[in-house]
Amino acid sequence: MPAAIDPQVDPEVEELGKTDKPWQTVVWNDPVNLMSYVTYVFQKLFGYSRDHATKLMLDVHHKGKAVVSSGSKDKVEGDVAKLHAAGLWATMQKPS
Amino acid sequence: MKAWKRRGARVIAGFDQQEAAVLRGLVRQVEDMLRARAESAPQDELAQLTGIKAGPSTAPDDPVLQRLLPDFYRLDDDQPSRQDQDEVAALRSLHEPELVEAKLGVAAVVLETLSPQGGEVRLSLEQADAWLSAINDVRLALGTALDVQEDMPDELPEDDPRAPHLGVYHWLTYLQESLVQAMAA
Repeated sequence: MPAAIDPQVDPEVEELGKTDKPWQTVVWNDPVNLMSYVTYVFQKLFGYSRDHATKLMLDVHHKGKAVVSSGSKDKVEGDVAKLHAAGLWATMQKPS
Repeated sequence: MKAWKRRGARVIAGFDQQEAAVLRGLVRQVEDMLRARAESAPQDELAQLTGIKAGPSTAPDDPVLQRLLPDFYRLDDDQPSRQDQDEVAALRSLHEPELVEAKLGVAAVVLETLSPQGGEVRLSLEQADAWLSAINDVRLALGTALDVQEDMPDELPEDDPRAPHLGVYHWLTYLQESLVQAMAA
């Protein structure tokens, strides 16, 4: 059976369309989490390449924080929850 | 113990009895703190009917629990708006129960797979991911309690009350680092 064409606008797209800038997931530096572990978590949770995950980890380490994902509020909220489960210090923010 | 080794879809390490006792003891302490936090959450009839638990809306006072269960927003230190404060409270209440469940779940995997007598531990990759999270929780708890800083020395002066515990912290770091390397191999 073919899938019905949904006339409704994808809520995620609509939400993004209303606001110019997407929500962001921020990871903050902390003195306990290991660099190797943080890189591993970025690869595993977001499917990033080792190089990209390493670059984000180094941003967290040297600059104190990095934006690691972005998108709708729901998506970012879910990403923060997953990072908390992995023990990383993550928050969400909306660029002003 | 020696470093974790990867054998196909398994990671393997050996623990002596003392190492097993230390790790199991610390995992149980984190478990106890999280359980006590969950039990302090408001109980309401609607939650019992629907099975959807509402967590506490305020952050824990204890610094270790604060680190294990962070806020979803970082508010302006001086004057956070009422709306922001409400949002932080709502997200904590919504997500904290599942976060506590996840942390209790990974702690249980360690306690199930590590015998109190020690010995060989063989983990599936899924179990190894649970171990990574659980060891990390223990390191966060101990690191917060010991006020660990980025440039922590290998040893503290003998009169520092934290000195005896720092060795355990460094051992947990080795355990974690070695397991990440085995998983990434």
